[in-house]
Amino acid sequence: MASPGSGAAGPASSSPLPDAWRVEVFRRDGVDDPEGVHAQAALTELGLAGVASVRLGRGYLLPPGLDEPARQRAMKEFLVDPVVDDVRVTAPKAEPAATRGAHRVLVARKPGVMDPVAQTLEDALRDDGVLPPDSRGAVSTFRAWEICLEEGADAGALDAAARAALANEVIEAISIGTEALPYGAPEPRPRHGRVEVPISGLDDEALVRLSTEGALSLNLTEMKEVQGHFAAEGREPSLCELETIAQTWSEHCQHKTFRGVIEMDGEVIDNLLKSTIAKATFDLNKDWCVSVFHDNAGIVEFEPDVDPERGGWCLAVKVETHNHPSAIDPYGGAGTGIGGVIRDILGVGLGAKPIANTDAFFVGPTDLPEEDVPKGSMHPRRILRGVVDGVRDYGNRMGIPTVSGGVWFHEGYVGNPLVYAGTVGLIPRDCASKEVHAGDVVVSVGGRTGRDGIHGATFSSIELSEESEMVSAAAVQIGDPIMEKRVLDGLLRARDLKLYRAVTDCGAGGLSSAVGEMGAECGAEVDLEKVPLKYPGLTPEEIWISEAQERMVFAVPTEKLAEFIAVFESEEVEASAIGTYTDTGRLVLRYEGEVVGDMSMHFLHEGTPRPTRRAEWIAPNHADPGCPGPGDTGTFEAEETPWNAAILALLGRPNIASKEWIIRQYDHEVQGMSVIKPLSGERGDAPSDGVILRPLPDSKKGVALGCGANPRYGVLDPEAMAEAVIDEAMRNVVACGGDPDHTAILDNFSWGNCDKPDRLGALVHASRGCYSAAMAYGTPFVSGKDSLNNEYRVGEETLSIPPTLYVTAMSRVPSVANAVTMDAKQPGNLLLLVGVTNAELGGSEWLDMLGLEGGRVPRPDLERAPSCLRKLHGATKLRQMRACHDLSEGGLAVAAAEMCMAGGFGADIDLSVIDREDFGEGYDPDATLLFSESCTRFLVEVEQGKKFNFQTKMMGIATTPIGRISKKDRLVIKGVSGKALVDLGVDELRDAFQSGFQG
Amino acid sequence: MTITATRPKALVLRGPGTNCEDETLRALRMGGADADLLRSDVAAREPGRLDGYGVIVFAGGFSYGDDLAAGRVWGASLRNHLGVALRAHVDRGGLILGVCNGFQVLVESGLFEPEAEPSERSIALFANASNHYECRWVTLEAQESRCTWLKAGEQMPCPVAHGEGRFAVTDDAALERLKAAGQIALTYVHPGGGEVGYPANPNGAAGDVAGICDPTGRVLGLMPHPERNLDPWAHPTWTRLPASRSEGEGLAFYRALVESAMGASL
Repeated sequence: MASPGSGAAGPASSSPLPDAWRVEVFRRDGVDDPEGVHAQAALTELGLAGVASVRLGRGYLLPPGLDEPARQRAMKEFLVDPVVDDVRVTAPKAEPAATRGAHRVLVARKPGVMDPVAQTLEDALRDDGVLPPDSRGAVSTFRAWEICLEEGADAGALDAAARAALANEVIEAISIGTEALPYGAPEPRPRHGRVEVPISGLDDEALVRLSTEGALSLNLTEMKEVQGHFAAEGREPSLCELETIAQTWSEHCQHKTFRGVIEMDGEVIDNLLKSTIAKATFDLNKDWCVSVFHDNAGIVEFEPDVDPERGGWCLAVKVETHNHPSAIDPYGGAGTGIGGVIRDILGVGLGAKPIANTDAFFVGPTDLPEEDVPKGSMHPRRILRGVVDGVRDYGNRMGIPTVSGGVWFHEGYVGNPLVYAGTVGLIPRDCASKEVHAGDVVVSVGGRTGRDGIHGATFSSIELSEESEMVSAAAVQIGDPIMEKRVLDGLLRARDLKLYRAVTDCGAGGLSSAVGEMGAECGAEVDLEKVPLKYPGLTPEEIWISEAQERMVFAVPTEKLAEFIAVFESEEVEASAIGTYTDTGRLVLRYEGEVVGDMSMHFLHEGTPRPTRRAEWIAPNHADPGCPGPGDTGTFEAEETPWNAAILALLGRPNIASKEWIIRQYDHEVQGMSVIKPLSGERGDAPSDGVILRPLPDSKKGVALGCGANPRYGVLDPEAMAEAVIDEAMRNVVACGGDPDHTAILDNFSWGNCDKPDRLGALVHASRGCYSAAMAYGTPFVSGKDSLNNEYRVGEETLSIPPTLYVTAMSRVPSVANAVTMDAKQPGNLLLLVGVTNAELGGSEWLDMLGLEGGRVPRPDLERAPSCLRKLHGATKLRQMRACHDLSEGGLAVAAAEMCMAGGFGADIDLSVIDREDFGEGYDPDATLLFSESCTRFLVEVEQGKKFNFQTKMMGIATTPIGRISKKDRLVIKGVSGKALVDLGVDELRDAFQSGFQG
Repeated sequence: MTITATRPKALVLRGPGTNCEDETLRALRMGGADADLLRSDVAAREPGRLDGYGVIVFAGGFSYGDDLAAGRVWGASLRNHLGVALRAHVDRGGLILGVCNGFQVLVESGLFEPEAEPSERSIALFANASNHYECRWVTLEAQESRCTWLKAGEQMPCPVAHGEGRFAVTDDAALERLKAAGQIALTYVHPGGGEVGYPANPNGAAGDVAGICDPTGRVLGLMPHPERNLDPWAHPTWTRLPASRSEGEGLAFYRALVESAMGASL
């Protein structure tokens, strides 16, 4: 390739040969290059044949003027390891030296996309004197992949495979066979001050067009409301004002559906949230609920006896969704999802210390044929790997253990995956509330503001489409966890020095939402030019709504401002006064002295129209498929031992199989508090029910975390689903030692487009299930979030995700010394089945594996279930159980297999001793007992001598001794007629459990 | 907690991204020290702040995000701004401990090979053989080494949690040199004895090396986290172990460190 003739390399130039020194650091010959090996596997997986080798060069672009000694210093001090690395240096505008016949694929972040490594390097080189003190944006990074193909391999196929496997073109530029690389800051926008948007004369069609073209995501009713408001003020809105309204009114921020009016079956529901979920909390009125529903997270009492002068310690908890960003950029989306929910915890009350993260993913099947991946979407495997990497890299860097969560697979998530991220925080009770005073300074703290994440809030509120990948590039944010860690360190110090009166995080909507929310009751003025920028040339609107990450907004009394700024400075974090809270009830925005927005806080927060939406629910019409035994199914009848085959197949099902490959990539031990880890058992390879942490060194109290979800139940019966998943979350925490009477739960709904009556009907049913279950168990909802419009448009067709309610339970453990794990402990001990098994196989793993739809969805007996949980907890406190495992997906069969595998022992189980109703026609009694997913059931290991005491404690609840732990290393199950059904070695069980997708 | 004049003083240094300082402070205090926390940039400006401490600890985390390479940026900054003060601390009998990221930082800083220029360094910690972060429990065994406060042959379970913990050397001769010099302090072992493959050696470390010391034996670095095993409930199978265990096995490690620091003449 010829080098460019002219030297017109301005900012953001991507001329074919970059005008910068390029340093590429490879692994030395003979040293493992695991990234190369992984990339080779990924290319091969995409069907690229004949890849001989792949190696990675970590690339750095340095200013063209850097002299030889400075370059040498940069490489020796920072870029090249003398033991494992080799380096290639290429001069500005030169071709790289011999590349051994490899095909080169260069991948670099697009100009303006956050690049924390480049920032760290530039800071280090500046401090070291290699770069001048005013250097900014002079360093960037890239990846240089060198791919060698075997002779005769199709080099033409490399292009598509490399684009899919090695880059995400939403945020990255890729050069294949050329040396082009972006270098420098993005193009500045033309400067402007107040821009007026004429709206008064627009008809309906023009209003809708304005909303669509401006990516405002406001519907016609809302646009008309806006039009009317400004008509009443006798003026046109400014662009800044319109953007502020769009951000504030977005579904993501306002929950318009949940708070709206719904008509269903002739009944009018005024505010679904207040009449179901929040109603349960207020009806239960638990005195340990400290702050619910109005702050960034819920706060509950935890340990009043430690530091009583501060009111003792509380726990804050929040779970968020980050679905659409994760669909577009799984790594960045999941990372900023966890980063965002951590900031919710930093921004609750006066700030809590994050002590645990949770994550849950809902993705399409990992074995989906490539041709079934919708255009514009990524393969579920790539999405899952990306979101796992994103959570790992953010959570681990923050030093917060990621301890709980799950992965669910379903065809309905192929075009629209779901990513939930949660955080638990520890906070002294005297910091649980906040208050903004007029006159306080608006201070922005954290990362600088760039053009990243524009319109994220409004983007989250619309359906995805083939074009989403392209149009929403700007909505993607990239996280910088170490910046957030610095903010965390500064915030906790400033909090304990009492240097501020209120704080909130900059999340969706950026400063517009954060300042708008904090000043909602009083008013605020902001000078937008005072917001520190990553690079020049942002418009006032971009500054105001950018969702650049790692920023928090504070209300600081004037007299504390200097000390406040100094605390953050010492953590290497910028804190900038950008405005003042007022008592005018107005939100005033200025840019370089000119007023670019001046609007009523009341209209902004209370002006959202509440249209009436219609809802209906029509249950899917399936014939009862019953519950065939394995011998009666096409899948297993040909097997020599159908029952053995069925159980091994169940253990390998994606929803059941081991998630160890994910769990071990998360640091679940940092902070040194873990008591029950996400993996249990002799070899640490079996799934725990709940996890327990001990957050305070001076207290034996623990916190247990658990969760529940089941999209297949949701499709069949959303109300039963809601009750069942709450039961599941409760089972998880109670099984390991949580107190059911001190358990808080969180609701996180991901749903389809609720403008459509059937989706909304399902939401109403699920919400009612939430209310009845919460009331029955006495567990208040303390926080929640909904993500609606999870639909995916392909051509004319719009597909909804399955109704997905993800419930988190957080429970107090009176003493961690009494915690119970799920692994079988001692041969000879009794196994007792707690609870009643019904013919409930609707949505079960068993029927799904057989391809059968319909059936009755498991539903807890809300009369009995709460007392079962209470009694089981009583038995825990008396140390009557050696092991306890809850029954969930796959039923008794899977629970027994997991217990055996975890303990390294076998078990002899006899189904004939179980009292049961007649399950009805078509229900094989053995299969029903083994595979039904009825709620509120546990498998418990009890020493022979404690059986009487345990059963006495559990009086009124079915507790059936169904067998014993055995020394034989085999799981042996006899059926109701005494016939031998199952005989499997523990190693076979373990192999099956570990046979699934491993990343 | 009672504080007496005879308790040795320990200092935990932190940088941007350090995240194990709380449990490290707790481990040192439970081990018998008076422990303080200090930002290393403050120490760099005022090196006198290190005076009077028997032991200086670099805690785990992700200093500067581990951008460029684990421990690289903080290590370079230590070498350039605090190298002399740390050397003086060791020369007067003081101890230094680096855990996980703290170990990576110490390797990058050059403290283990005081005679070598940074570009002549012969040891490195780099990407795990699995190429990803991994959190799991391992068993360590103390070797005969210059680090005399570790009792050779003793074993200790504790977790590792890192992505770049693979011990590497330029060549086999370098490993032999380290062994001969008594610098191999801790290795990964199989608790039941026998072959130490993955996952007992969780990262593919050369020679199963988990921790090394400097030629004086007073600077020790290790990848695993003994400070995450202080309480009886930390062990991954504690519900299967005898209820008589009253503490985690990692506490003895910190107790021995602190006792050894007691002897330092400062």
